[in-house]
Amino acid sequence: MASTNIYDNFVTSLTQSIHNGLYSSMSPTWALITELAIIGFVFLMFYALVGLFLVYAERKVCAFMQNRVGPNRVGKYGIFQTIADFIKLLMKELVVIKNSDKLLFTLAPFIIIIASFMAVAAIPFAKGLHAIDFDIGILYVIAVSSLGVVGVLLAGWSSNNKYSLIGAMRSGAQIISYELSVGMSLLTIVILAGTMQFSEIVQGQEFGWFIFKGHIPAVIAFLIFLIASTAETNRGPFDLAEAESELTAGFHTEYSGIKFAFFFLAEYMNMFLVASIGATIFLGGWMPFHVSGWIGFNQVMDYIPPTFWYLGKTGFIIFLMMWFKWTFPRLRIDQLLTLEWKYLLPINLFNILLMAFIVLMGWHF
Amino acid sequence: MNSFFNYFADIFSGVKSLLIGMSVTGKYFFSPGQIVTQQYPENRKTLKMYERFKGEVIMPHDANNHHRCTGCAICELNCPNGSIEIVSARIDGPDGKKVRVIDKHIYHLGMCTFCSLCVKTCPENALAFGQEFEHAVFDRSVLTKILNQPGSSIIKGTEE
Amino acid sequence: MKEVIHTPVPSVEEEEYHINMGPQHPSTHGVLRLVVSLQGEIVKNLKPHCGYIHRGMEKMCEKDTYPQIIHLTDRMDYLSAHINNHAVCLLVENALQIEVPERVKYIRTIMDELCRIQSHQLWWASFGMDLGGLTCFFYGLRDREKILDIWEETTGARFLQSYYTPGGLMWDIHPDFQKNVKAFIKYFRKKIRDYEKILSGNVIFTERSRNIGLMTKEEAISYGVTGPSGRGSGWSCDIRKHHPYALYDKVEFKEILYHEGDTLARYMVRMDEMYESMHIIEQLIDNIPEGDFSAKMKAVIKLPAGEYYQRVESARGDLGIYCISDGNKTPYRMKFRTPSFSNLSVLDHISRDLKIADLVAIGGSLDLVIPDIDR
Repeated sequence: MASTNIYDNFVTSLTQSIHNGLYSSMSPTWALITELAIIGFVFLMFYALVGLFLVYAERKVCAFMQNRVGPNRVGKYGIFQTIADFIKLLMKELVVIKNSDKLLFTLAPFIIIIASFMAVAAIPFAKGLHAIDFDIGILYVIAVSSLGVVGVLLAGWSSNNKYSLIGAMRSGAQIISYELSVGMSLLTIVILAGTMQFSEIVQGQEFGWFIFKGHIPAVIAFLIFLIASTAETNRGPFDLAEAESELTAGFHTEYSGIKFAFFFLAEYMNMFLVASIGATIFLGGWMPFHVSGWIGFNQVMDYIPPTFWYLGKTGFIIFLMMWFKWTFPRLRIDQLLTLEWKYLLPINLFNILLMAFIVLMGWHF
Repeated sequence: MNSFFNYFADIFSGVKSLLIGMSVTGKYFFSPGQIVTQQYPENRKTLKMYERFKGEVIMPHDANNHHRCTGCAICELNCPNGSIEIVSARIDGPDGKKVRVIDKHIYHLGMCTFCSLCVKTCPENALAFGQEFEHAVFDRSVLTKILNQPGSSIIKGTEE
Repeated sequence: MKEVIHTPVPSVEEEEYHINMGPQHPSTHGVLRLVVSLQGEIVKNLKPHCGYIHRGMEKMCEKDTYPQIIHLTDRMDYLSAHINNHAVCLLVENALQIEVPERVKYIRTIMDELCRIQSHQLWWASFGMDLGGLTCFFYGLRDREKILDIWEETTGARFLQSYYTPGGLMWDIHPDFQKNVKAFIKYFRKKIRDYEKILSGNVIFTERSRNIGLMTKEEAISYGVTGPSGRGSGWSCDIRKHHPYALYDKVEFKEILYHEGDTLARYMVRMDEMYESMHIIEQLIDNIPEGDFSAKMKAVIKLPAGEYYQRVESARGDLGIYCISDGNKTPYRMKFRTPSFSNLSVLDHISRDLKIADLVAIGGSLDLVIPDIDR
């Protein structure tokens, strides 16, 4: 089972040396605090960069799908467009709404952004490259990422705007329903993997990703996960909470400036998050594509750094989600719930049974 | 049992229709040659408007600063929203009689709706459409134009 | 015949609340204001408030001569500019009993049908956007651009052409006109497949539009819902068939009728009409006869005293122009019976007890053009 990946030692030794250096130069308490601060800072930077990049990527992807060029004025191919947008949003006035609940109105964007920020912590970017490796990593991610709906609800409620309220209520119903499907589709793989710890799940996919190992039920679970996670991030054909043509901008109608930017960033961060969970659980995370027995082929694959594997897989799922968004019309709220309770949930339950049966009989690869 | 099969038939036909839709957007995504956007300020040099394009009303002048306008005011009469004002003057003609000539042909671009009645009805074909379309200005008064150039006169032979 | 039920406006109950959709709202496509009473998300009652883009066009007509009126009608239903112009021209020509040259009739029919295609393209684009499929908008506009280019080449304008004059045309068609139109038809027959793939067959779209906004034939007649919206309810109301003008009695085309009366039927009528319009153009484009592009007209057009009424089938429905002349060069009174105004009136009736999302879909399927409502 020993991994021969050449990059593993590098990551481990880097983190170890930082760790040792800190603990040798100061007291353990301060070393711990410094470590936490470093991790927080790194994640914050990562968060901002990924958000900015994803906004740019989405605009380019949708532009190409619509026979347009997309942003191309700020910098070559418009790569600095999102940074310019960000600066613009920073400088804009924060409009204060009369008769709104001031505290909740201010709090809501922070709740949303904190929820998505917390979930990033558990994602493994490479072997040993994660902030924290819980035993119950999947449970933690599900729990934390569903906190975001509180922010959406608060935003809609406190805005004192009927459009926002409708959007928030829709989003509440939507996320509570689809949370179920996301959880269950992940559980299907947990049955196969026999663990909820992310690092072990990835390790278990060394010779074949779970989507291949679990064949039929795993593919079904992956499709359900794609649909449900798109719905959970309020994107694509499920963007009822925003519903531009119906509710102008839904729950964030009244937000401006940096508060709006928080919602905007959180949407893309959430997308990144569910994509990376999907990549980790179904497509092997940072694990390169290995075929059992083909030693030469496996070694060639090992030369590609694991973080690239991880980012490639995540990017693939993100692209799929963008593709959905820019193709399909929006669902209506009752159709959204019908899809969940009438189609996804029964199929999901049956799928779990099927997976359990297959694991029991040892029919997986 | 029938409804059971319908349930799955619904799923498969639904997914199939979604995939067909995705094939369209996917096709365009992977064929960037289909981009139709014009890069406007960059292509100003090469941008050629159609010859009939109604950008603004102009009065063509020839090399000797001659135009064809007699100041008959038919264009002013035909203009539905008063965009044209004719200020004519009477000068002494060659045979001693007073002759009406155009003094100022005032054209309010800001009021013009490009109905092309002035160009169409001009008996002397003195007016035409120019192809200039970048009419944005900071001061509205710039949009009031005098179409006959200073010092210009009518082409010999077309006066009354 | 089933009796038409006019539901009385219910009193506002306590749990109902109002929202203003418009005058600035993404799905009203202009400055229409709908005061919607909602119970949760259910539309209970809806009051359209018009007049945000009222320009007093009928009054303005009273001081304009007949050729000048044409450029005003462009701005009424700007997506059927040619067809509106056609109505005024036909009114004047019929009143003066002028026979326009055959060439003019050909060109006018082709232009009208191009106009119908581009109007339906833009409608498809914005309808897709209303339902949340933003990509539809760009595909629709991309193809519409080709028609606008053809127009710009011939008429000099892309949008508000004022190309027709009483008795004929402003100027002759551009030499490349026929070639370009044929190229466009070839192009669009391919591209309309995209439309069908991305929206018509899509399960989300069909689920959202089927059985939504049901309007019976009787209701369509009683509210005066004409055009594709009325034909989606099975009301045969195509002026081109019933009171042919220009060349519509010579060309072969079908009047598209669907009997379901829902949003999907209204959608399908317009999609099929695009095919029919292309069919009409294909019959005419190679046969444009040589000749004058305008009949001989007097410099000052004066209609004999009397009342005149002219109907044409615009892209939205039955456009009627009622004119009283007292023998002067300007009309004594002009009245436009615009299709969008009547089509709007049914919105309240057919969107009751549906959701906001459905209201947006129904509003899109009626294809309202707001300046056409307010004039």
